[in-house]
Amino acid sequence: MTNLIILPILIPLITGAILIFLNQRITAQRVVSTISSICTIIAAWFIIQKVRTEGVQSLNVSSWDAPFGITLVSDMFSALLVLTTSIVAFFCLIYSFKSIGHEREKYYYYAVFNFLIVGVNGAFTTGDIFNLFVFFEVMLMSSYVLLVLGGTKIQLRESIKYLLVNVISSALFVIAVAYLYSVVGTLNMAHISSRINEISVNGMPGILTVIAVMFLIVFGLKGAIFPLYFWMPGSYYAPPAPVLALFGALLTKVGVYSITRTYTLFFYHDMDTFGLLSILAILSIVFGVIGAIAYWDMKNIIIYNIIVAVGVILYGVSVMNTASISGAVYYLVHDMIIKAALFLLIGVVISITGTSNLRKISGLINRYPGLGWTFFIAALALAGIPPLSGFVGKLLIVQGGFEGESFIGAFIILMSSLLVLFSVMKIFINGFWGKDRTYGVEEKAPVKRLLIAPVMLVVISALYGIGSESILPYISQAAETLLDPNIYINAVLKE
Amino acid sequence: MRKTNNIILETAIKVLLFFIVLYSVYIFTAGHYYPGGGFIGGLMTAGAIVLLLITYDIKTVEKILPVNYRILTGIGLLFAIGTSAGSLFFDVPFLTHAFGDVQLPILGEVSLHTATLFDLGVYLVVVGVTMTIIQTIGEDE
Repeated sequence: MTNLIILPILIPLITGAILIFLNQRITAQRVVSTISSICTIIAAWFIIQKVRTEGVQSLNVSSWDAPFGITLVSDMFSALLVLTTSIVAFFCLIYSFKSIGHEREKYYYYAVFNFLIVGVNGAFTTGDIFNLFVFFEVMLMSSYVLLVLGGTKIQLRESIKYLLVNVISSALFVIAVAYLYSVVGTLNMAHISSRINEISVNGMPGILTVIAVMFLIVFGLKGAIFPLYFWMPGSYYAPPAPVLALFGALLTKVGVYSITRTYTLFFYHDMDTFGLLSILAILSIVFGVIGAIAYWDMKNIIIYNIIVAVGVILYGVSVMNTASISGAVYYLVHDMIIKAALFLLIGVVISITGTSNLRKISGLINRYPGLGWTFFIAALALAGIPPLSGFVGKLLIVQGGFEGESFIGAFIILMSSLLVLFSVMKIFINGFWGKDRTYGVEEKAPVKRLLIAPVMLVVISALYGIGSESILPYISQAAETLLDPNIYINAVLKE
Repeated sequence: MRKTNNIILETAIKVLLFFIVLYSVYIFTAGHYYPGGGFIGGLMTAGAIVLLLITYDIKTVEKILPVNYRILTGIGLLFAIGTSAGSLFFDVPFLTHAFGDVQLPILGEVSLHTATLFDLGVYLVVVGVTMTIIQTIGEDE
């Protein structure tokens, strides 16, 4: 089927349009969204299998041949991310049923939810740099709505900040794309790569280094790397748990994906920019860890852990050898799943206690052992205790770091794992151990129903770690394409 | 809202409205081969409705045009997606359109293009979204 790789974009898009008509009928909305979400997962699964057997897939939308029209490209890296996105979205959706509330559901929550998935899957799949901007905008528009929906005071305040930051970074994005176009005269990513290759015989021209840094700023703002993460702890703190899980698991990862894609495909001639990336990645880890340890609020602790994870992944990308890139891809997928699980678990805790302040809760494990142990496993997976999924990714990245003789970074990642473990164990020890308390709101919380989604995500994460042996061929295929741009270029331009 | 007594605008709009809407339809169909199309045509139609809103008030306009603009947006989206997704059934790349010259009575030879249907979707979305925004802002006052 020619159009297979567009299905993960098309299915949520159609669903979103249909849901506009159903905004007063909540059950119908839930059924339609669930079906569409499952279909998206199935489509993404078929794409992975097709990429596995037949290599990089490309689709020239509207039958305009590359590089003139818009091309969609699915290599293993993007296919894996599309599948992970679809799975995470499915569980966030299931979780929303019991927690988001009728008010939001009637105001197009599910429609916007689907449009967000359109943007994220589109950004992962597109092979055209301007189209990437378009999908970024689709994603951002939806995220503005999800952030502000409900209209509490904190949401409105944080939405303004979030909007301002993203409008500025979108403007910079267009400027960067315009610069790039004026230098290489094309927007197709494969074509850009081959043109840059032609003009970089004696090293990459200075202007391209400038553009590389501009892209780093743009995507760094979305992906929350040091020092551009300043907006994130505030903005992500505001929305309810399922939205927070979606944002934390998906939106920053789109930024990380874009940095990875542009740096490995366009700017691999100039190792200085990779040096800059590596320094920023290490600083992200350091500052993220400091934040994670310092806070006494569960949401903030996990939000700062996003910054740590972004740093770890980008450090793997910046070292740029087989082991580190495989590790980065593996860790990226791991982090999307486990962050979603952790945010949903915290959502359950908040629905029981009504607060996310650790000083005000304790002893949850007495009455909610299932919640406690799920959180414990998720915390171990986040820190990277074998055989859970965080371990394999970090191992590969650290191995890559040592092979690339970048000892400081590798050492900092190892140290950061300990502190990450400390920061999540702080939640476990303070929140789950100790004396049982009453909170007044807990009678209403349907804890068992709410737990379904995070428990399933933790199970998936555990299987992802235990079954890493059978997943590694897919990961190394993704790394192979990232390390050799010619595979990507040939698949798109069919030379 | 303050009741304005703007006799010139009220008289002029009765004639102008038809011209603006007609011209927006012309722009919409011209978009096939010349500058124009669903987006700009939609904006122009929305402009005409906004002019009505300025002259009269929201309630009067709702009586003249009892349209739920959110639903209109949805219909437009389905139109646009539907015509592009039609390519799935013919196993050609997404968004690929078909066209052909058709002999019609009275009009003579006309070239028809499925992209026009896509554009109609765009037109409806633009009218729907613009009017939703303006109505929301207007209601706040």
